[in-house]
Amino acid sequence: MSTVLELRDLHVGFGPEHAAVRGVDLVLRRGEVLGLVGESGAGKTVTALAALGLLPSRATVRGSVRLLGTELVGLPVRDLARLRGRRIAMVFQDPLAAFTPVHRVGDQIGEVLRIHERPRPGRRSARQRAVELLTELRVPEPQRVARAYPHELSGGLRQRAMIAMAVAGRPDVIVADEPTSALDVTAQAEILAALEDARAATGAALLLVSHDLGVVAGAADRVAVMYAGRVVETGPAHRLFGNPRMPYTMGLLAAAPRLDAAHALSQMPGAPPAPGEPVEGCAFAPRCPVARPECESDDPVLTPADGAPARADDGHLVACLHPGVTAARTAADLYPTSAPPAPRPPGDVTALRVTALRASYRGRRAVHHADLQVRRSETVALVGESGAGKSTTLERIIALGAPESGRIEVLGRDTARLGRSEVRRMRGRVQIVLQDPSATLDPRMTIARIIAEPLEAQRAPRDRTAARVRELLAEVELDPGTAGRRPPQLSGGQRQRVALARALAVRPELLLLDEPVSALDVSVQAGIIALLRRLTSAPGSPACLLVSHDLAVVRQLADRVVVMHGGRTVESGPVDAVFDRPRHPYTRLLLSAVPTLGRPRPAGPPAAFEEAAAATGCGFRARCPVYRGLPAEQRLSCERDLPAPAVDGVACHFPHADGGMPLRGRPASKGHPPVQ
Amino acid sequence: MAGRALPRITRSIALLLVSVLVSYVVASAALCPRAHFEDRTPRPPAAAVDHELAAVGLDDSTPVLARFGHWAWRALHGDLGRTIDGGSVNAQLGERIGVSVRLLLVGTLAGAGLGVLAGVWAAVRRGRLPDHAMTVLSFLVLSVPTFVLALLLKDGALSFNHCLGHTVIRYTGESTPDHKGTWTSQLADRSSHLVLPAATVALGSIASYSRYQRAATLDLLAADHLRTALAKGLTPGRALLRHGLRVSLIPMTTFFSFGFLTLFTGSVFAEQIFGWPGMGSWFLEAAQEGDVNSVVAVCLFSAVTVLLAGLLADALLLVLDPRVRR
Amino acid sequence: MLPPLPGALVGLALITLLGLYAVLGPYVSPWSPTDIDYRALSVPPGAGHWFGTNRIGQDVFAQTARGLRKSLLIGLFVALASTAFAALVGTCAGYFGGWTDRVLTFVVDLFLVVPGFLVLVMVAPALRAAGWVAYAGAFAALGWMLTARAVRATALSLRERPYVTAARHMGVRPLRIVRRHILPHMASFLITHATIATAGAVISEAGLSYFGFGVQPPDVSLGTLIADSTEVALTYPWMFFFPTGMLLCFVLAVNLVGQALRRVLDPSAAGAEVPA
Repeated sequence: MSTVLELRDLHVGFGPEHAAVRGVDLVLRRGEVLGLVGESGAGKTVTALAALGLLPSRATVRGSVRLLGTELVGLPVRDLARLRGRRIAMVFQDPLAAFTPVHRVGDQIGEVLRIHERPRPGRRSARQRAVELLTELRVPEPQRVARAYPHELSGGLRQRAMIAMAVAGRPDVIVADEPTSALDVTAQAEILAALEDARAATGAALLLVSHDLGVVAGAADRVAVMYAGRVVETGPAHRLFGNPRMPYTMGLLAAAPRLDAAHALSQMPGAPPAPGEPVEGCAFAPRCPVARPECESDDPVLTPADGAPARADDGHLVACLHPGVTAARTAADLYPTSAPPAPRPPGDVTALRVTALRASYRGRRAVHHADLQVRRSETVALVGESGAGKSTTLERIIALGAPESGRIEVLGRDTARLGRSEVRRMRGRVQIVLQDPSATLDPRMTIARIIAEPLEAQRAPRDRTAARVRELLAEVELDPGTAGRRPPQLSGGQRQRVALARALAVRPELLLLDEPVSALDVSVQAGIIALLRRLTSAPGSPACLLVSHDLAVVRQLADRVVVMHGGRTVESGPVDAVFDRPRHPYTRLLLSAVPTLGRPRPAGPPAAFEEAAAATGCGFRARCPVYRGLPAEQRLSCERDLPAPAVDGVACHFPHADGGMPLRGRPASKGHPPVQ
Repeated sequence: MAGRALPRITRSIALLLVSVLVSYVVASAALCPRAHFEDRTPRPPAAAVDHELAAVGLDDSTPVLARFGHWAWRALHGDLGRTIDGGSVNAQLGERIGVSVRLLLVGTLAGAGLGVLAGVWAAVRRGRLPDHAMTVLSFLVLSVPTFVLALLLKDGALSFNHCLGHTVIRYTGESTPDHKGTWTSQLADRSSHLVLPAATVALGSIASYSRYQRAATLDLLAADHLRTALAKGLTPGRALLRHGLRVSLIPMTTFFSFGFLTLFTGSVFAEQIFGWPGMGSWFLEAAQEGDVNSVVAVCLFSAVTVLLAGLLADALLLVLDPRVRR
Repeated sequence: MLPPLPGALVGLALITLLGLYAVLGPYVSPWSPTDIDYRALSVPPGAGHWFGTNRIGQDVFAQTARGLRKSLLIGLFVALASTAFAALVGTCAGYFGGWTDRVLTFVVDLFLVVPGFLVLVMVAPALRAAGWVAYAGAFAALGWMLTARAVRATALSLRERPYVTAARHMGVRPLRIVRRHILPHMASFLITHATIATAGAVISEAGLSYFGFGVQPPDVSLGTLIADSTEVALTYPWMFFFPTGMLLCFVLAVNLVGQALRRVLDPSAAGAEVPA
């Protein structure tokens, strides 16, 4: 296989003191998929942009980037432009921002052809070719998508259009920078499949940049792990994931939550150096459990992992001064782990009960029918795709007001009947932790004042506040010195700890957690999950409602789970039962779409993208594999009748039993239709 | 789209009506038309003054709102009343409105057009000489009050003409009275009269537009979609032209409606200082004479132009940005 | 352009000098603004009259000092009053939303549609008699709207910040939220606006006086001084130069300081440095 893209000793700096990439070597061969993984700030995106010469002008680039033998570093802009789009193309992270908002998607795809093809195709024919490209990527209703403006499409569709744009010039290399982040798992699986299609159609090599180990594990042939601006380990995907040798890689893999069981998560101490922080020796040494004095001063280089004289770019390479030390060890030997808490008997007192809730978000009905219940000392997770109504449900609960319809009972009180002063008192018993810790803390206030705010709002005696703040900082494992600092001076993980401390300040009885770890890197996330496990399992801990789209995280934290789809709760039950034996076809779809370590690539797109909002009957049937397999007369019930709401059960006319048999088929069950 | 436009237009009409009411009431309360008649020598008897006031609809013995009602009823039928000298406000308006509209149009077009160009240019040359020069220049221009700018321009023109020995730039009126000649010489004459007032009105606009456009363009140069355009194989210049300019104009529509407010005030100064018989100079004369109806007519004109500028800005936004369309 | 710090220092120095001149000028000069030196009509600057005299023999130095003081006083008052009012209206409209917002926005738009300068022309002569506060109040009353709109937009976006949402969920009372989480984030913006509004007010006042609707003789402001000397600007330049120069210096200095403040306090808006 010939090399199509080769990065040699690439250095990228922003200003004299700020090195973002510090010597990266990568080789991409024709037709292969190279996964580039790492946490935020590791230099992945900068490396990807450097491959196209797209870095901003203030960046200084040293080293070599060769595309099909042409050196790109120092190439005049005009020549670079001739290569971009035709020889190398890019799929960007945020397709909404990456498309020009004022031009139609089809025109933007067609523009690639109009730039590169000679004779230049006319507007009309370019638009026609764009539709063909979309069809090639199995985009539903390609005509309509081509005519749409970017903001009119769903995130998944936009990203597929972006892939079509990258494919348009039939490039030799496609660089995809976090192509699936910010997408739902189902859309994620479809994007990965679309990238696969794109690769198959063009024969291009793919550089897949992602922070998500699962995505890379499922899609890549080879993997390179970046840390602090360098590649620290690289090798064939199965070897690297099966037998990691760099302590960082080992910790990272063991810190990632798995979908199949609640398990012990490794916690790497400390945090990666901030981008631009000067580094001497091995950048990981300060966090490394097996570091020796020379690690602080000597620069490790990539060497074959097993000491065997492997060919430089073929084998498993590690940038570690002591690769032998880790040979016989696992991550559990190296790092402290947090075991899942022992299962607790659910309390019999209900902390939160939502019945037949209906709610709107910005004038649109977002929740049609939600039922859920959280008992004392249990954690219930509310899961589903974006737009399923999870956040709106949560928002309605925390509003402590009268819902449009239905009933919300918080700590035994109907929220519709609470008076103003009762609401205020209730706010001392219910707390919420919001998604992005950097946004939920007022950047101008000190940590001490932030944590004290709910105490003050509840008119707690002032003389006790300082002591309580110290106590809380200790509880969330923060240094007491943190009290005097301000949020911008803290790392993401520390900020989320502060947010947790603030929520716990008034000793709430019900704690609502809205995506508490989704803004965090894997290694930081493991620490917060460990903390949440400890906080929610301690005696007297609050009942928790956890909203998350990340099913693996849910598996680690929840006792029970409620699945929402299209504004309805469709399945609920103990987390093990629902995850191991999902009965609603939607739950099955959701679980099967999660890219997981050690599993083969996710199956192709399970269904069309857009669901037509069904006026009657089951809202999921447009995507439902069960429905598609039903004979016409049985389909009728899906089309006509809304499935009964799920109260500790499943809202489906033909739910799966453990063996794939329906529990309650509507017309005296004639055997379940074959599924999948 | 009609669904969006309709409430906007209704709101504008409501604002117009209320603003006319406010202008009428303020003008009636603050101005003293009686003084205009009484100051004559010999001082006319009170009854005669009352009679003359009543004749032009300014009888101060009727309550203000009643007078307004009377005036508004006629105004709705297209008659804006009498000037204090008994002439027709409509006739005055007809004579003067063209002058102001021409000045405002030239000012707006030159201001917005040149300002946007200058802003883009400065942003693209960020940190280099053209950018610094533009920044300093616009800063200086914006630090000079419009009337001082007009005076400086006028003095500058005087010196310039003096140096050349004959009048090239003219600074009084819109055209030389009794100027006869071919249309080219007419045009040249008009242009030489137009230079200074137009510059007075437009310079400030150019300066502020260029600042905003520079900021918008800089935001844009860092935008993801411009990077996408480069990744497709467009050269930076073409990428900016095809994917940048239109997007960067979107925030400018807001400044367009605000910018017009300043522009209007500037045109009042320009008309007065350069002796253009437009709405602005009419207003200043009328305010001195206590001519309520004329004053209200100018206020009406101002409100209409400001509201039209706002609607135009909205329309521009709709054309530029598909995201606000429904 | 000057980088923020030197620019601000130059601006501050200029403002201090102008302030000193306005306050101390009358005490330093042997002439009072109303004194008429019949032996020196239209004399150029010299030992007897530092800035020269005007056509009726009044001392330009003393007159300019008096005019400048008037302008500064009005500028300061208007900036404070209009910014405070704009902050109040804008915050209420933005934070409380709903009908409060609708009504206040209509009022703001109404004030924008009613031609401010024209209204000033009408009401200034009437208010002048009621003292300088009423006179300055008119400028404040017609100069707060754009600031209020900007404040409203800021308040709207601040209201949606997660930390404000979090505070609401904790049961923090609305006024406390405004005081703790909204106003501090607006302070830098308001300071900057107040600075620049000073220049705007001075410019408006000078313009009004220039046309004869503002300050009336024997009192003087920079505007009347400029108006009186316009005719002879080329023959007796000093009469025109000093008041005009003072006006330009002041506006320039305020804009320099405002720009520096904006860069330091409000980095997001730093791109669009538009002075008054």
